[in-house]
Amino acid sequence: MDWNFLIFAVLKIAAVLGVLMTMVAYAVLAERKISAFIQDRVGPNRVSLPLIGSIPIIGPLLTRWGIWQPLADGVKSFLKEDFTPSHVRKIYFWLAPAIALVPAFLVVAVIPFGSTLGAQKMVIADLNVGILYTFGIVSLGVYGIVLAGYASNSKFPFLGGIRSSAQMISYEIAMGLSVIPVFLIAGDLNLGGIIDYQAQHGWMILYAPLSFPIFLVSAFAETNRLPFDLPESETELVGGYHTEYSSMKFALFFMGEYANMLAGSAMMVTLFFGGWTLPFAGLDTAPALGEWWKGLLHIGIFIAKMLCFMGLFIWVRWMLPRFRYDQLMDLGWRRMIPLALANIIITAVVVMLMNS
Amino acid sequence: MQDILFYLFAALTLLCGFLVVANPFSRNPVTSAMFLVLTIVSMAGLFVLLHAFFLAAVQILVYAGAVMVLFLFVIMLLDLKEEQRRRYKLYGAVLGLASVAGLGWLLVKTLWQSGVGAGLQPGYVGDTKSLGMALFSRGEFLLPFEIVSLLLLVAMVGVILLSKKDLK
Repeated sequence: MDWNFLIFAVLKIAAVLGVLMTMVAYAVLAERKISAFIQDRVGPNRVSLPLIGSIPIIGPLLTRWGIWQPLADGVKSFLKEDFTPSHVRKIYFWLAPAIALVPAFLVVAVIPFGSTLGAQKMVIADLNVGILYTFGIVSLGVYGIVLAGYASNSKFPFLGGIRSSAQMISYEIAMGLSVIPVFLIAGDLNLGGIIDYQAQHGWMILYAPLSFPIFLVSAFAETNRLPFDLPESETELVGGYHTEYSSMKFALFFMGEYANMLAGSAMMVTLFFGGWTLPFAGLDTAPALGEWWKGLLHIGIFIAKMLCFMGLFIWVRWMLPRFRYDQLMDLGWRRMIPLALANIIITAVVVMLMNS
Repeated sequence: MQDILFYLFAALTLLCGFLVVANPFSRNPVTSAMFLVLTIVSMAGLFVLLHAFFLAAVQILVYAGAVMVLFLFVIMLLDLKEEQRRRYKLYGAVLGLASVAGLGWLLVKTLWQSGVGAGLQPGYVGDTKSLGMALFSRGEFLLPFEIVSLLLLVAMVGVILLSKKDLK
């Protein structure tokens, strides 16, 4: 057993999980603040901590920005009554929120979130089939929602679960097909290899301009975000699959949604926007030994790019109305999938002509 | 370490596989389907131990992620209460035992002929490239691969035909 490897792996997992959970908490705050801005409101501006709140200028400012709101939300979810309705199927009812949350975190394991720090590569698991692992885990995410719908044993959650299983399977296909050109061009399934290719040849969005919009739309559908939030559409299904859930179990679904958005953003950054690289100031090469500040900068660049996509996710949610269900299926099967197939064929022909 | 993991995954595969068909605690089809998912995932673990990462990922992606979700989808739309009350039927048991015996005989015969214990060749990695080369080179698996694709196409066309009520 290689103890060095084990210790660094545990450290990386702990750090990534810590950063991810913090980002989930503050993504919720960002959602509320941005939605408030779009709807010309103020948003959360009341929560204040006893000591810090009384520091002159900074205290009230932090309060007005809602910096402590995630803390209050977390405490609230833990302390509220965890109510289990009498008509539910208990085992699945308890299992579903966990199954919904876990895949979102597992996906992050293969994403290279930075170059190197010291001698350590900044990726938890450097798999040579990285992208297939990602899609495998993402495809397990649907179980959480389907089981929640089944376990709740009442009409609205059930309809939500059925809708979501059809929706997620449909858009998984489009999503999987949309990234094939990326791998045809880069010639590597390893996500680190994709980033190396982009560092040398320029960002993948330039080479596969059609893949990105398909991937983006599919990512919205996979994370059940507006304009594709049919599984939980509150105007027709009360709350969809999480109608019967309360307190921390509901919070797990909620966190799962945001963790999925973060994972989707990380995938888009890695596949299409150069990962941790920037094409100037020498930031597209791995740092030499001892240049730890550059390693940290790379992690910062990756997170900054991710936050841009999180902003896009939130912005779109508050700007677009919801699709009708048949429109959703029509878009997925009759527009996205043929488009993605054509994209694969064109890219394959071009790559073959370029190589010969 | 590898041996421990192998026995763990093998035991998990067999146990979950058993619970799919004969669960003493529940006759709920959804429970059976979920145990089938667990069986598939632990088989993917066995593939990883054989360095067949591609197969492991595809196993989860296709079977656990797509096929079983469709199974659940269909099971949830059926009348589950009826299914739970139903008793074992004689002809069902006979047919089931017969097919298990047939498959078991095939398995034993294959194991007998293939010389068990050759083991994993050192340095072998079942990556995507070698798999692609095997599937798409003449004289290896090109013909079977194309025939299977054709079969799937025929099945797809058949399903579309069946689901259309009136043909134009």
